[in-house]
Amino acid sequence: MQYVVKKTGVLIATLLLVSLFAFLAFEIIPGDPTTMLLGSDYTPERAEALRESMGLNRNVFARYLSWLAAFLRGDMGTSYSYAMPVHEVLRGKLGVTAVLSVMSWVLVTALSLPLGVALVRYQNKPFGKIGVSVNQILMAVPPFFLGILLTYLFGLLLKAFTPGKFIPFEESVPRCLGYLFFPALAISIPKAAKTVKLLRNAILSEMKRDYVLTAYSHGNSRWMVIKHHVFRNALLPVVTYLAMSLADIVASSIIVEQVFVVPGLGRLLVASISNRDYPVALCIVVMIASVVVVMNYLADILTQTIDPRVRLS
Amino acid sequence: MKKRFLALVLAVLMTAALCACGGGKSPAAQPTDTPNGSAGEKALGGEITVGIAADLDTSLDPHVSSSSAGTREVLFNIYEGLLKPDTDGNLIPAIAEDYTVNETADTYTYKLRDGVRFHNGKTVTVGDVVYSLTRAAGLETGEPLVAELKGIASVEAPDDKTVVVKLKAPDAEFNAYMYASIIPEGSDPAAEAVGTGPFRFVSRTPQDNVVLEKFADYWGEGAILDKVTLKVIPDGQTMVMSLRSGAIDMAERLSSSQIADLNELTILEGSSNIIQALYLNNDFEPFRDIRVRQALCYAIDKHAVIDLAADGHGIPVGSSMISSMGKYVVPELVDYYKPDVEKAKALLKEAGYEKLSFSITVPSSMPAHVDAAQVIVEQLRAAGIDASINLVEWATWYDETYKGRKFEATVVGMDTHSLAASGCLARFQSENSKNFINFSNADYDETYLKALATVDEAEQTALFKQCETILTEQAANVYIQDAASFVAMQKDVGGYQFYPALYIMDLSTMYRVK
Repeated sequence: MQYVVKKTGVLIATLLLVSLFAFLAFEIIPGDPTTMLLGSDYTPERAEALRESMGLNRNVFARYLSWLAAFLRGDMGTSYSYAMPVHEVLRGKLGVTAVLSVMSWVLVTALSLPLGVALVRYQNKPFGKIGVSVNQILMAVPPFFLGILLTYLFGLLLKAFTPGKFIPFEESVPRCLGYLFFPALAISIPKAAKTVKLLRNAILSEMKRDYVLTAYSHGNSRWMVIKHHVFRNALLPVVTYLAMSLADIVASSIIVEQVFVVPGLGRLLVASISNRDYPVALCIVVMIASVVVVMNYLADILTQTIDPRVRLS
Repeated sequence: MKKRFLALVLAVLMTAALCACGGGKSPAAQPTDTPNGSAGEKALGGEITVGIAADLDTSLDPHVSSSSAGTREVLFNIYEGLLKPDTDGNLIPAIAEDYTVNETADTYTYKLRDGVRFHNGKTVTVGDVVYSLTRAAGLETGEPLVAELKGIASVEAPDDKTVVVKLKAPDAEFNAYMYASIIPEGSDPAAEAVGTGPFRFVSRTPQDNVVLEKFADYWGEGAILDKVTLKVIPDGQTMVMSLRSGAIDMAERLSSSQIADLNELTILEGSSNIIQALYLNNDFEPFRDIRVRQALCYAIDKHAVIDLAADGHGIPVGSSMISSMGKYVVPELVDYYKPDVEKAKALLKEAGYEKLSFSITVPSSMPAHVDAAQVIVEQLRAAGIDASINLVEWATWYDETYKGRKFEATVVGMDTHSLAASGCLARFQSENSKNFINFSNADYDETYLKALATVDEAEQTALFKQCETILTEQAANVYIQDAASFVAMQKDVGGYQFYPALYIMDLSTMYRVK
């Protein structure tokens, strides 16, 4: 219990620090939101008046505190670029990125667990040997590049989907998911390959443990030993990894969205940073950071719950 | 249990993939076997999706959105001025039916057309025109929103059909600025986009799309299409992919490398109406010396830049005048500086800058300029000049290079807002707010002001040409080209028109082939 309280404290402190650093980062990078708003003809007086009205002339920490106070009340501010509340700018986009991320995560899990076990089971067969090499290669392919390959292969050659023609949820849920399947695949293949490697190594190292010998002495075949005794133990590091990888997946989905013209958070984040639309950029950064930190937190708690040996205090 | 769950997950995913196969096939297969877009028969109505490289600016206020050409070319379809440009480079009456100019060219009288309506259904009155011009020229605030209109002294409406514009000083070219949009009296275009153009603004989703619909009560011929969706696709490669897949029907301002993969589409070539140059900060210590600037002109072979960076598409230019501005162009200036590395070296030696090094700032989102800059760097190296490329984000470029004038050299393209020669030349006056290269030449300032005040057309044209010649002789910048622009359309789309001199996308003439 004390462990959970301690972890929760760290979680909150981390989130506060992340938001503060993001806030400061936007102070440091060159470029001023007012010049982006005023166009090419304006006088310094008008820029000054606008800065004043936007509250940009106040001390940076004072601005951070008032931003934080508003954010905690659920008021995410007003976008500079679109002159509308940030939550309205994000509406729809958040859902798309969330669905894409969850879909990719499910794909990673669904691909990696059976493949990881199969690679051990057929360790000495051609399948196992080739599989390990292919897996090694897939691990190294960036999702962005895979995305381009998939659009060419499935989009232009096989015509399985129309690259660039995203179908919104409101129009058709299955067709929307059908479109998102390809970006999800691009995101999940390298991630799944890493998970496969992790699982395979975990099983192989478990196989050297003493209890495996005992299991063999009971007359179990190798497969039975893996299935009934080793798999569950080997899963422990994998579960932690999978929980934490959701954060990574959110980050890579932001890049892959660009390739597939998926109207998610990705392009909005890039655009809001280059337009110096800090309220929007900050909100997205804090949300992504929250996912990362919360997933880490859950992974910690989860490992602790699954494995009594990790239980501290 | 675990196994069953996995099987279920896999089954769901497979079904999703199969659904996608079924759903996507028909639209993607369509473009290859339809007739040629330009030759086909026009269908009335219908809709198209157009890919645009950047989202529109924050505000759709036509009087302030002077910053981004991409926004202006879309607003051209929503708003109109008293006059508007046509595809031959003339100004034709729009909201005004007719106009007269007095002999001294300082009073312009416009007669309103009957029955012109705003998108909100209201008829355009002289009150709307006076409000719009007063607002755009900043007569009440003292700060013009549209810089070109700062010469207006007063706007009055003597009767309910006539608007009289009085100027502070004679300006024979003033009509060229009368594209300034007319908006309803008292309205705030930042809050709602209401104009009189052939399309009306429907909605926008940030970083995703902008939807326009045909305005049924348009005074003129009006739009053919019922609806146009502008889809924001900033990545050049993704734009090509979306054209190939049929997800979008048209995209303009493509580069020659982008169209290389688009054999199945209709490709049109025109001019993008921008002057691409190595713009030099004339205040940067070495560039204060005219010999150094001239050395750069001799060191850079613009024809080779066009060949290497733009596959030979593009019109070489020698001064700041868009090549389709007809009578104002001085063709002799193109090759005023013949590429000559030895001469460049000699000039640098004379100026005491044998070891010249400087940085070229280029906005990273503009591949055409990045490519040109790379060729330029290589050419300069051959002349012993050490130039390096400094890639920056657009916002940083705009803020530091353009507004802050903190740069040494930059490769970009400059466009013009109007059909007047001044649109290209005004920025090089010493005190002009847009003179980001800090060019300062008393002779130029004097000639330019004299040209503005000259009523006789031939005489005025000669003076503007003299301005261009001064820019070239002074080696204000290293001029490269009026860059080419390619338009790609699906075979079942037609009606795209290029406009001379201006940065315009006219959607009203576009149609679907039956």
